[in-house]
Amino acid sequence: MSTSASGPDVAQAPATPATAPPADAERAAQRERLRLLVRSKTFIAGVIIVGIFVIFAIFGEALAPDDPFATDPLDDLAAPSGEHLFGTDRVGRDVLSRVIVGARDILIVSLTATLLGTVLGTALGLVTGYFRGPIDDILSRFIDAFLALPTVIIGILAIVALGTSKITVIIVIGLVFAPIIARTVRAAVLQEREMEYVAAAQLRNERTSYILFAEILPNVMGPVMVEFTVRLGYAIFTVATLSFLGFGIQPPTPDWGLQVFEHYGLISGGYWWPVLFPALAIAILVIGVNLIADGIAKAFER
Amino acid sequence: MGRFILKRVLLSIVTLFILSIIVFVCAQVLPGDVGRSILGPFADQKSVDALNEELGANDPLPVQYWDWISGVLTGDMGESRAFRQPVEDVIGPALVNSAKLALIAFIIVVPLAIAGGVWAALKEGSFRDRFVSIGGLSATAVPDFVWAVLLIIIFALTLGIFPSTATAPPGSGFFEQLWYLILPALCLVFVLFGYIARMARAGTIESLDADYTRTAVIKGLPQKTVVRRHVLRNSLLPTIAVVATQLGYLIGGLVVIELIFNYNGLGQALVEAAQQNDIPMLQSGILIVGVVYLVATLCADISYSVLNPRVRLGAEQ
Repeated sequence: MSTSASGPDVAQAPATPATAPPADAERAAQRERLRLLVRSKTFIAGVIIVGIFVIFAIFGEALAPDDPFATDPLDDLAAPSGEHLFGTDRVGRDVLSRVIVGARDILIVSLTATLLGTVLGTALGLVTGYFRGPIDDILSRFIDAFLALPTVIIGILAIVALGTSKITVIIVIGLVFAPIIARTVRAAVLQEREMEYVAAAQLRNERTSYILFAEILPNVMGPVMVEFTVRLGYAIFTVATLSFLGFGIQPPTPDWGLQVFEHYGLISGGYWWPVLFPALAIAILVIGVNLIADGIAKAFER
Repeated sequence: MGRFILKRVLLSIVTLFILSIIVFVCAQVLPGDVGRSILGPFADQKSVDALNEELGANDPLPVQYWDWISGVLTGDMGESRAFRQPVEDVIGPALVNSAKLALIAFIIVVPLAIAGGVWAALKEGSFRDRFVSIGGLSATAVPDFVWAVLLIIIFALTLGIFPSTATAPPGSGFFEQLWYLILPALCLVFVLFGYIARMARAGTIESLDADYTRTAVIKGLPQKTVVRRHVLRNSLLPTIAVVATQLGYLIGGLVVIELIFNYNGLGQALVEAAQQNDIPMLQSGILIVGVVYLVATLCADISYSVLNPRVRLGAEQ
């Protein structure tokens, strides 16, 4: 937001909104949005859910009743009981502790990946939307080509090519999300570039990079924020799926998707608990993030 | 109209070409020494070199690309290393199996989601609207493998209604096969429901607001007639377009579902190929996924424009 224009004169002359600098209106709109957010029940529910998982991620070991890595061959696949609330897995590790500590990696990986994708995608969207013409056409073809493949399949392809590691997963998801985010940002930029403030900046002979990042970017932050939260939900979805397929976070890290992968074959034998609890954790976290995204999208729509 | 279709077809071909290059670069160029990855770290350098020569891995990249893509176009996709038979012999039947599963899921989800979306939109802001919107959003957001294990635990393990695998015993009839596919199809239904219901809801709300609806109400038509004749006809157009684009997602979702339910489809074949570094299988299989998606979106675009007079007669975008 351009804060430079707001000064004491704004406070002195509140009765003349016609001459008030746009920064003031912008700030009022922002306050309105914040008020809408805090009022929204879905948003608050999402924040509480995600907040709990963030606490799990930060204080994991301190909150876990047991060592999430300690195996116990004499007590494997024990059903949920007073001693192990969620039971134990196939090598006797406490499922509850692994679910708690498991929040860490998935949150770190999906947050970093989404950040990477948002930064790259926003830059890409600014450039393609502002220049249009051949640059836009070529990049748009590439974006279309990328979008023709399901994220999980691109992920598998890239991870096979580059080898499995957390960094690869982050880079792959970031790169896959970038064009998707770029498409949204581009649409917003296409509208903004026709605005008078852009024409004014062009007449002042500002550098293109200045126009893109200092003039247009602050005005498309709304769609960028919405896209970021929506994508974060998809990132968690994708990280969990890649881990489940064995291409994501690697053992012995207590990752949820990995836990489901290691135990889903045992369900038909009646051992449902090492699968059910991590699966529920993924479901609840993703729903939480989507409730937040829904709240933010609604607040920015108005 | 003809120009519009021609333009879309040409654009799809360009997109497909770029896609094939992306797949080729990921599969062929990045993994490095092909012969070494097949023969393993202990093979002597001579046999690695010989194999590389035989596979054409030493040719210039454009030549390698041409060998691959001309093979795909003529139906010769090379030999799968994981399955030890021609790639097309693995992909063909797998594609048919995946299509069966996808079809069942679509037959269940499309009417259900459209009905849900319209039902929610008719009372915008009510409890049932919030229920369909937030429920649909949550169902869509939860990964398919989570739905799969939850459904298996409830319906196969606890209630014992459905089998926990999707592959019916050989020689079983049509209805038995169908029975085995219901549970995996339900997982896809959960994930797809939210998208389609959202579109149907948004479209319905928009056309409920439109002038022609107000006119219909004012001239005294009963609500049912207004909804059926004026609202639905306009609101379902964008929904149809979304349904087709979800095909692409559907194939990705199939990867996971097929693995959990042990079903011989394209997704399972791709994962197996990836786990065993089976590059010929992987790159051709992924290209086919892209082709299916692009053809589906193309058909959606064209049918949308045929159905919608505003696009059909109006300016081309």
